[in-house]
Amino acid sequence: MPKPEPKVGLFVTCLVDLFRPSVGFAAVKLMEAAGCRVEVPELQTCCGQPAYNSGDRADTRAIALQVIDAFQSFDYVVAPSGSCAAMLKSHYPELFDKEPDLRAKAEELSSRTFELVSFLTDIMQVSGVEAAFPEKVTYHDSCSGLRELGVRDQPRKLLSSVNELSLVELPDADICCGFGGTFCVKYPDISNTMVSSKTESIENTGAGTLLAGDLGCLMNMAGKLQRSGSDIEVRHVAEVLADMTDTPAIGVADGDVQSRGN
Amino acid sequence: MQSRSHRFKENAREAIADPHIQAAMAKMKVGFTGKRLAAAARLPEFEALRDAARDIKNHSLANLDFYLERYEEKVTECGGQVHWAPTAEDARKAILDICQRVGAKTVTKGKSMISEEIALNEHLENAGIAAVETDLGEYIIQLRKEPPSHIIAPAVHVSKEQVEADFRAQHQHLPADRSLSEPTDLVNEARQILRQRYLDADVGITGANFLIAETGTSIIVTNEGNGDLTQSLPKVHIVIASIEKVVPNLEDASTILRVLARSATGQEFSAYTTLSTGPRRAEDPDGPEEYHVILLDNGRSSMLGSEFQEMLRCIRCGACMNHCPVYHAVGGHSYGWVYPGPMGAVLTPNLIGVEEAGHLPNASTFCGRCESVCPVRIPLPKMMRHWREREFEKHLTPTSFRSGLGIWAFLARRPALYRRLTGLGIRALGALGRRRGRFRSLPLAGGWTKYRDLPAPQGKTFQQLWAEKQKNGGSSK
Ligand code: SF4
Repeated sequence: MPKPEPKVGLFVTCLVDLFRPSVGFAAVKLMEAAGCRVEVPELQTCCGQPAYNSGDRADTRAIALQVIDAFQSFDYVVAPSGSCAAMLKSHYPELFDKEPDLRAKAEELSSRTFELVSFLTDIMQVSGVEAAFPEKVTYHDSCSGLRELGVRDQPRKLLSSVNELSLVELPDADICCGFGGTFCVKYPDISNTMVSSKTESIENTGAGTLLAGDLGCLMNMAGKLQRSGSDIEVRHVAEVLADMTDTPAIGVADGDVQSRGN
Repeated sequence: MQSRSHRFKENAREAIADPHIQAAMAKMKVGFTGKRLAAAARLPEFEALRDAARDIKNHSLANLDFYLERYEEKVTECGGQVHWAPTAEDARKAILDICQRVGAKTVTKGKSMISEEIALNEHLENAGIAAVETDLGEYIIQLRKEPPSHIIAPAVHVSKEQVEADFRAQHQHLPADRSLSEPTDLVNEARQILRQRYLDADVGITGANFLIAETGTSIIVTNEGNGDLTQSLPKVHIVIASIEKVVPNLEDASTILRVLARSATGQEFSAYTTLSTGPRRAEDPDGPEEYHVILLDNGRSSMLGSEFQEMLRCIRCGACMNHCPVYHAVGGHSYGWVYPGPMGAVLTPNLIGVEEAGHLPNASTFCGRCESVCPVRIPLPKMMRHWREREFEKHLTPTSFRSGLGIWAFLARRPALYRRLTGLGIRALGALGRRRGRFRSLPLAGGWTKYRDLPAPQGKTFQQLWAEKQKNGGSSK
């Protein structure tokens, strides 16, 4: 069992900070409801993946050290993203392979770091949420969360507790949507082929809403769905779980509620 | 083989526009994956066997010199000969020398990626020796004058209809009204053509899936049995193998065999697993008079002790490309050289240089599906990242990208400045996009907006909103 009222540092992630703060507030609400005290350290920017995956190890290390420092005083560090959480959890220690002292610090951070939804279920033992969403939804498993952190059943479990929500499984939910951070702008043609086959499967489910746990993937799929004229709404899973779906869906203007696809 | 890896982007664009390739990929991406999954599920110890396979390969690589020498000793003891080939050139020369010494006119070949790597067919043909591929897939691409697009299914990009057309064009001596609509018709016709070639051949060349140090044996696995005829009918058998194929003993090979076919095609075992040890002995009813092994290095020994050593565990099962969404999008030829997919993205820069093949390790989303199915648990994404690090160090990363990354990293390392600038930028962007909720195009975001809309930001950053909330007393409990 977790200790009562653990102190959680929210790792907002750069995309949520810049593009969709409402996901951050949904994360805060969910964790507070689970009994956590949530704080948001100011000294955070990004987890460093753009540099890390571009081969820029020096900048990645500097950013990692900054994050390690900023999140020293928390019982847990939680990110509403499998990809950023996996960066802190699985990759930071690798950055300091040859420096045992720093590696130990990175490992210590790693042991306290979690992806939001799995944190709620696995650490805070949350088995259901207070929320309603009268929609047919489908769910995409973002790659890092799925394969590096084993996040698969947790979101499904919590979604099943949302009133009036029906989940239809997405065939190939485990196949990459083609986002891949800088990949999608470095290899736009390939990324487009990948996201096109993803959005085709999404449309075939007949769901009116697509959910996932990573904003990068969500923006990619939302952008493609909208470019091809689909009215499927796209949201971060935390918004639905926190019952905070009154903000417009991703890429939708205020007051411009898309006609529902189901 | 002449590399076209440097034009990976163009290759990919052409492949994406090619309906034949797209149709073939749509088919293969469900076929292989489903079969592997079912095969793995039927074997409770599958995951444990993957660990065992990894450990065997690690042990073999850690003691590679020992096992290779032991292997050579054994081959020699059995009457065979080992030829060490540091480079592709050395391997080609050794093979041609043998062929010319025995006056070979026709050479039959079992499937071998090493043969592709050293561009053997071309070399033999230039010397006036006919090289005949006997694996059906290899035979098809030889007719089409194409390189393989997959390491275990070389003609996976070719449709049945295309094969029929090729056969009709090439086998003109057969009746024009014959039926070739079923796959079995095609297989039978290829067999019929190849039968005579087996008998004509002076030399048979095969690859090797394993070299056994303890016994001097080489092992191949096939589904057509073509390798057996290739190596037992001609008077000379040449095995071409790269150095990392050696394992200590037959027990080790059988452990790895248990994960090989399951990972590759979802079969429990390939239809034929063929062991050959030396030339024909006096008491043997058949077999070659001469037995040669060409051991190719071609850059592999320099991977030992480097961050790429683990790549040498690869047993060429093809699972990584079978599961790779990038491979599914662009097909194998886009990679531009012998080895496609994730394993090619790591191996190719090692063999032909990262200057030529730099795109390959970059064209990955790091989705990790390859690593999750690799039977010897090679951390493929991690090694692709190592290549990116080497490229970054050598300043091979494109300048525009590098300076963009530089500015971003400068800010990311200065949280206060970052907050101020992103706060301003996001407010402007949010205001611009407020009406539609998204952008159809945006300066500097062309790579994104060419194919998809860009969702507009909500207007303020989380950090701004959070600070406002704290100030207004709405703090967390
Ligand atoms: S890297 Fe792994 S999955 Fe890919 S071919 Fe080699 S052994 Fe098979």
